[in-house]
Amino acid sequence: MERIDARGLSCPQPVVLTKSFIDKTDSGEFEIIVDTGTARDNISRLAGNCGWAVAVRTESDDIVLTLIK
Amino acid sequence: MKNLFTTKKAIFAVGLVIGLIAAFLQFNGNPANMGVCVACFCRDIAGALGLHRADVVQYLRPEIIGFVLGSLLSAVAFKEFKPRAGSAPVVRFVLGFFAAIGALVFLGCPWRALLRLAGGDPNAIAGIAGLVAGIWIGILFLKAGFNLGRSQNTYTAAGLILPVIMAGLLILLLARPQLSTGAPFFSVKGPGSMHAPVIWSLLAGLVIGILAQRTRFCTIGAVRDVILVRDFYLMAGVLGLVLGAFAANLFFGQFHPTLDVQPIAHTNTFWNFTGMVLAGLAFTLAGGCPGRQLFMSGEGDGDAAVFVFGLLLGAAFAHNFGVAASPKGIGEWTPLFVTIGLASCITIGLTMIKKIG
Repeated sequence: MERIDARGLSCPQPVVLTKSFIDKTDSGEFEIIVDTGTARDNISRLAGNCGWAVAVRTESDDIVLTLIK
Repeated sequence: MKNLFTTKKAIFAVGLVIGLIAAFLQFNGNPANMGVCVACFCRDIAGALGLHRADVVQYLRPEIIGFVLGSLLSAVAFKEFKPRAGSAPVVRFVLGFFAAIGALVFLGCPWRALLRLAGGDPNAIAGIAGLVAGIWIGILFLKAGFNLGRSQNTYTAAGLILPVIMAGLLILLLARPQLSTGAPFFSVKGPGSMHAPVIWSLLAGLVIGILAQRTRFCTIGAVRDVILVRDFYLMAGVLGLVLGAFAANLFFGQFHPTLDVQPIAHTNTFWNFTGMVLAGLAFTLAGGCPGRQLFMSGEGDGDAAVFVFGLLLGAAFAHNFGVAASPKGIGEWTPLFVTIGLASCITIGLTMIKKIG
């Protein structure tokens, strides 16, 4: 599964990275790893708006979002 | 932990509360249409510390202190305090510097632009239009791959530096030592002398800091997200702020729609617009509005803290070198430094492009 590393990036880069992936694929499953609640919330909202299901889990200090469609 | 604040209704309600609080602070002594203004209040703090000599704008604004400490409290309580730093701090300093300059040419940060609108000042429209234009230019750079690189996790103590400095400013404000140099400096006339009681300003700042940390309230992100991803979440907060302040201004008798003679404002449409193009671009490249930079500092973001230091120095420079406007109009060096600021921000946008994968 593809994993995007968006840790340590300022707004709106985590969202831009996620969007660039969502824009080029109609369905599938991929992970985005972030390190702030803001990035988690922003990506969850974008993914939800685009019809992707989001599962969130923590991995040591980081947050991993799994997007499925 | 699930964040219950991340719905449009919640952030709209938070915006309403911020607008109401701002109007309330004005009613209780803050300058007109300046219930809360991050650029103006940082400028006042710079003045109180003696970084500039404009004796009408010197005060240690408790709202700014409250923003940072409120966000810190919220971030700690919700386990979101995350010490981080190292994403091109010197660039962020420069962006903060020029953001302050752009905002002080318009005479207000994005928050005050909205509050001026809600107070009936039509000059705010030029500023807001400039802001949108600046954000739009910033988005072009973002789409081309502009970024300032990743921050790294760092020491807790490093993430606490701006909150500790803010606590120090609060002590300075409450203790009011009288040094032979005259410091700290407090205006006896002008906008700097106008302020709500300290406890109300501080409480207001703390409440806004907590609510904004939870919702990620950001006036720049609001416009950016609508243009970039058609997301109206943050915009709902901005609309709430304008409506809340407008309603409260009507209630307090503070809504005065006239074309000229607006408080702490000038009518030069070109420079109102262009100043905010600069501010909007600088804020967008730095990842958020000045309020948001304060809230991120409270969450332990050392890069946002460096941006805030840039704001303070930019505000001081703007007043020392005739760059800041006044109700009489623009300053001697306004055109020069807005031009230098735009050239600098565009250069930053053009030269700091790198693919992140």
